[in-house]
Amino acid sequence: MKEILELLQNDSRLTAEQIATMVNMEAAEVRARIKKLEENKTIIKYHTLINWEKAGEEIVTALIEVKVTPQREVGFDAVAERIYRFPEVRSVYLMSGAYDLAVIIEGRTMKEVALFVAMRLATIEYVLSTATHFILKKYKEEGVILEDKEEDRRLVVSP
Amino acid sequence: MTNWSSMLSPTVQNLKPSGIRRFFDLVAEMKGVISLGVGEPDFVTPWHIREACLYSLEKGYTMYTSNHGLLELREAIARHLYDEYEVEYDPRNEVVITVGVSEALDLTLRAILCPGDEVIIPEPCFVSYQACTLLAGGVPVPVNTTAANGFKVTARQIEAAITPKTKALLICYPNNPTGATLGRSEMLEIARLAEKHNLIVISDEIYDKLTYSGKHTCFSSLPGMRDRTILLNGFSKAYAMTGWRIGYAAGNADFINAMVKIHQYTMLCAPVTAQMAALEALRNGKTAMQNMVSQYNQRRRLMVEGFRNMGLDCFEPQGAFYIFPSVAKTGLTSEEFAEELLKEEKVAVVPGNAFGQAGEGFIRCSYAASVPQLTQALERIGRFVQGRIRQVG
Repeated sequence: MKEILELLQNDSRLTAEQIATMVNMEAAEVRARIKKLEENKTIIKYHTLINWEKAGEEIVTALIEVKVTPQREVGFDAVAERIYRFPEVRSVYLMSGAYDLAVIIEGRTMKEVALFVAMRLATIEYVLSTATHFILKKYKEEGVILEDKEEDRRLVVSP
Repeated sequence: MTNWSSMLSPTVQNLKPSGIRRFFDLVAEMKGVISLGVGEPDFVTPWHIREACLYSLEKGYTMYTSNHGLLELREAIARHLYDEYEVEYDPRNEVVITVGVSEALDLTLRAILCPGDEVIIPEPCFVSYQACTLLAGGVPVPVNTTAANGFKVTARQIEAAITPKTKALLICYPNNPTGATLGRSEMLEIARLAEKHNLIVISDEIYDKLTYSGKHTCFSSLPGMRDRTILLNGFSKAYAMTGWRIGYAAGNADFINAMVKIHQYTMLCAPVTAQMAALEALRNGKTAMQNMVSQYNQRRRLMVEGFRNMGLDCFEPQGAFYIFPSVAKTGLTSEEFAEELLKEEKVAVVPGNAFGQAGEGFIRCSYAASVPQLTQALERIGRFVQGRIRQVG
């Protein structure tokens, strides 16, 4: 199971037949397992990692540190939900340490992101403070180095 | 005018250039080629190993080491061999660090061979076994293994090749180019034979970590074999460290001392920077190595399936990162197949006869390449083969 998931995580375009061969299983069995994993939302979605800079699109990403007063019964969950419902919010994580929620926001301009934080995020009840850090350059995303200068330098034929 | 070539050593002059060389020149001129001809990992050395090497440079490790190699590295190797195979070597005088297994092999042969001594070499095999034997004044005696027998050499075959001049047996399992492995019981039969005829066994186990079914048996760990065996291994394949050139030999002190005598005059020592990297590989490289091995295994299955779907007979390799399908059904020789495939479909493979006559009729394909590359290569080879099989049938 783990092997199938790892293969798909790395390349979601592998066919069930290819995966079956690689992990030494029947294709029908692999197909059934993948279907089940999709149904129970272990596999959430198949997506594509894009270097938007290369596509010529300007996208502004910011990491917002959010401090929150936890609430009785629900802790941080209620505030987190209020935040993650916004489509501008790409990710939300509960953190240990100096602040509580790490929120990743994407927008078209710095102003748009800053306004979103000021108008939408900071004003949510129980949010104590926010600190916005704009991301200047992405070196590595989801385990992939975006501009990898290490190419195949091997001789084409060797013993 | 002087004919300079008449001044060359006849041994060198008569040495055949590697069959791979000619093919390399052909491929090098072409663009858009997918190469399955590469005998090294497609992974770059894991970063923690490279990083440790940088650190060693910063700390000023730029000196000679002992002729035997860094003691710390020899100790780590001895511990590793004990942990993996329960065979004990004294790191002080039973291990020598060499410039790749290639040097270890050369030292071994030069240390043990008298002019005319015979070395039994199962083929197909790595290209330098024959040449190094000849250069050391020995006589290579090839023993042909077959696909029918899974490219395993048998004790009976070896026994038939033994003469009063036989000094050593040189084996390599998991094997380059076939991917064959030997099981413990098969090794035991060979071990009994070595004892009976008092042979030295040179065991090149550079692919030991790349074993996909069962556990590799180290030849020197067999009962009574430790002192009779010169064990060769290194870091190139398991840790993707080919260019670092670090190998080692382990054996009884008489052998190793003799080898170090040659090594100290010809090489002095292996580069310290690379030895530091090798030390890091042994200390902390297991996770990265296992990750690479599991990827090779997945690709291996893809390749076996791919070649069989084409209708070619293909022995299922159990080790290394090579697959050695038969091209007999196409009616082409190894070289014809490789050359026409390269020209028509731009896929580079190595003709099997580059690894000895027993390799004729086969091609070596390395699956040290990414899955998309392998898939594409299989498609191209499939197209090429389809036309050929039809022509024959």
